[in-house]
Amino acid sequence: MSDVAHEMQTSRAIDRSQMQVSDEVAIQITDMNKWFGQFHVLRDIDLTVYRGERIVICGPSGSGKSTLIRCINHLEEHQAGRIVVDGIELSNDLKNIDKIRSEVGMCFQHFNLFPHLTILENCTLAPIWVRKVPKREAEETAMHYLTKVKIPDQANKYPGQLSGGQQQRVAIARSLCMRPRIMLFDEPTSALDPEMIKEVLDTMIELAEEGMTMLCVTHEMGFARQVANRVIFMDQGQIVEQNEPEEFFGNPQSERTKLFLSQILGH
Amino acid sequence: MASTVDASSRQGFKLSQLIYDTRYRSLTIQAIAMALLVLFLSWLVSNTVQNLSDLGKDFDFGFLGQRAGYDINQTLIPYTSGSSHARAAIVGILNTLLVAFLGCILATIVGVIAGVLRLSKNWLVARLMTVYVEGFRNVPLLLWIIAIFAMMTEATPQPRDFREGGTASMWLWDSVAVSNRGVYIPAPVWGPGSTALIIVFVLSIAAIIGFRRYAFRRQEATGVLLPILPVSLALFFLPSILAYFVLGGPVSLAYPELGGFNFQGGLHMRNSLIALWLALSLYTGAFIAEIVRGGILSVAKGQSEAAFALGLRPSRTMNLVILPQAMRVIIPPLISQYLNLTKNSSLAIAVGYMDARSTLGGITINQTGRELEGMLLLGLFYLVLSLIISGAMNVFNARMKLKER
Ligand SMILES: Nc1ncnc2c1ncn2[C@@H]1O[C@H](COP(=O)(O)OP(=O)(O)O)[C@@H](O)[C@H]1O
Ligand SMILES: [Mg+2]
Repeated sequence: MSDVAHEMQTSRAIDRSQMQVSDEVAIQITDMNKWFGQFHVLRDIDLTVYRGERIVICGPSGSGKSTLIRCINHLEEHQAGRIVVDGIELSNDLKNIDKIRSEVGMCFQHFNLFPHLTILENCTLAPIWVRKVPKREAEETAMHYLTKVKIPDQANKYPGQLSGGQQQRVAIARSLCMRPRIMLFDEPTSALDPEMIKEVLDTMIELAEEGMTMLCVTHEMGFARQVANRVIFMDQGQIVEQNEPEEFFGNPQSERTKLFLSQILGH
Repeated sequence: MASTVDASSRQGFKLSQLIYDTRYRSLTIQAIAMALLVLFLSWLVSNTVQNLSDLGKDFDFGFLGQRAGYDINQTLIPYTSGSSHARAAIVGILNTLLVAFLGCILATIVGVIAGVLRLSKNWLVARLMTVYVEGFRNVPLLLWIIAIFAMMTEATPQPRDFREGGTASMWLWDSVAVSNRGVYIPAPVWGPGSTALIIVFVLSIAAIIGFRRYAFRRQEATGVLLPILPVSLALFFLPSILAYFVLGGPVSLAYPELGGFNFQGGLHMRNSLIALWLALSLYTGAFIAEIVRGGILSVAKGQSEAAFALGLRPSRTMNLVILPQAMRVIIPPLISQYLNLTKNSSLAIAVGYMDARSTLGGITINQTGRELEGMLLLGLFYLVLSLIISGAMNVFNARMKLKER
C-alpha cells in the first residue's frame, strides 16, 4: 500500500502536450444536496469541471465520493441544486438523462462486465442498441479500443476467464466505445491485486494524455500527483478542500485533510 | 511421477486397491450397488408374481381391450360407455394433458407477473402480490381446488336464472355464460373456405418470424432497428381479417343459448376443469413468482447500473442484461414446478374431473380388479410425461445457460 511503490509504478514520462484545460465548462454543479431518506449524504456541493481537467476525489470511506460522481450520470438522484453536464441540465426529463449517459462513461470498482456476453459483445452492446451503429462498425470500434487497452486477443472470451486487471481494462474499453467526452471512475483499482493496479493506471494515464475529462475517485496518490490537475478532499458529504496536487499534498489547509493524508500516506 | 507408477505396477494388483485406490473405488461401489439393486428387484418381482398367483390372479393387460362400461363427462375424443378400457385411459390421459398444459401456461403468466410486481416500488402493488404469494403457498392445494370449485358451483347463478327477466345475464355481449353448471363460451363453426383462412393465418405467422429475422439482420447491417412489435401485430391481424372478408366470412361463432333447463350450443367448460385449472395455476403461480423474484434479485445491482451508465434504457437493460442472467437461475426450479403441477393435477378426483388417475387409475381398476397393472401403467404415464417435460426444459436451459464463467 506504500505510496512510494505506486509512485514508482506510474513514474514514466507523461506526455503533457495534449493535457490542456480549456475554459469550456464540462460539468457545473451548484448548491447540490442529496439525502438518503433522513440521511443528508451530500451537502451544498459546488463544483465546476472544465473540459480536459483530470480531477481526483479522495476522502474517508462513507464521505459521499461515490454518491457525488453517481449523481453526475443520474445513477443517484439529487434532491436540491443543479447539475449541468455538457450544457444539458439533469432533470427528471428522460431524454436529458439518456443524452448525458451516452456522453459520460463510467467505470466501477467491481468492473460490472456482463458475464453472459463475450468481451467483444460487452463492448458492442451499447453502441448497437443506443447509438444504432451497424454491428460490423461497432466491432471495429471495439477492437480498436481493446487494442488500446492491450487485450485484443481476448475479444472472444468471457469476462470470467480474465484477470481482474484485464476485466477493468475491458470495462474502460467498453465505456470508450460510446465515445464519451467525460469519464467517471469510482475506485477503479481498489478491487485489484497490487500487480494489476499498474496496468489499469497506465490505461487511465493514456486516456488523460489524450485530453479526456476525468473525474476519478481513488486513493492512488501517485496517480493523483502525476496526472491530476486538481485534487478534491471530501468529508461527511462536503467538499472540504481542493487544490493543485502539489499544494494539496505539500501544504494541506484543513485539519481534516492533514489527518486523512497522514493516515493514507502512512507517515 | 514415473517412479510411483513403476512401483505399483511392479508390486502387482492388490485386492485392497479396489477400495482404497481412487482409480477403482467408484467402480467397485457401482458394481456393488448394481448387484444389490438387481437382487432387490428380482425378489420384488418374484414375490409379487408369487402372491398374485396365490390369490388366483395372473399378470395380464388383456383388460385394456374389454368394454369399459362407464361414462366420462368430459371427452376430447369420441367415447361411449361401450368403448374399451384402453380408450377410457386415453380419454383420461388427454384430460390430464389438457389441464396440465393449460395450467403450466397460466401459472407461468401469473407467476412472472406476480414475481416482477412483487419487486415493484409501488407499496400497494408489492403488498398485494405478497398477500397472493403467501396466501396460496401456505394453504394446501386440495383446499384451494375445493374452495374454488365451491365458489364456482355455489356462488354462480343457475341456468334458469338467465331466462328473460331472470337475475343473471351473460357477459361480453351475451356470448359467455357463467353458471353453476359450468362456463359456456362461443364455439367456432368452420364453414367452406375456412381451410384457406387457416392457411392465410399460418402464412402470416411465418411472415412474422421471417420479418423478425430480417429486422435483426438489417440492424446488424445498418444499425437501425425496424419497429418489430407494431409490424408483427399488423402481420398477425390484417391478412387474416382481410381474408375473412374476401372469403365471405367462412368462420362463424355458435353462441350458447338457453334451451330448456340448460345452455345449448357453444363450448361447455365444466366447473371441475375450471376450478382445477385455476387452483393449479394460482397455487403453482405463487411458487413461480418467488422463483422469478429470486432470479431477478440474483443478478447483481451493478449489472443494471453498468447498463444504465452506458445509456441503455430500463426495458432494454431488462431484456439484454438482466433476464438472460436471471433465466439460468429461474429455469431449473421452473422445471420442477411444471412437474409438480402435472402430477398435482391427479387431485382432479376431488372435484370429479376425469383425468388419467380417475379413469385408468380409478374406475377401470375398480371394475377389473387389475390394481397392479393399472397402477404400473399410470405410473409409467406420469414418468414418461415428466421425463418429456424436463427433457424439453433442459434443452431450453442448455440454450440459455451461461457459457464460460
Ligand atoms: N443506496 C443508499 N441508501 C442509503 N444510504 C446509502 C446508500 N448508498 C450510500 N449510502 C450511504 O451514504 C454514505 C456515502 O456513501 P458513498 O458515497 O458510497 O461513500 P464513499 O464512496 O465516499 O465511501 C455512506 O454513509 C453510505 O452508507
Ligand atoms: Mg465509494
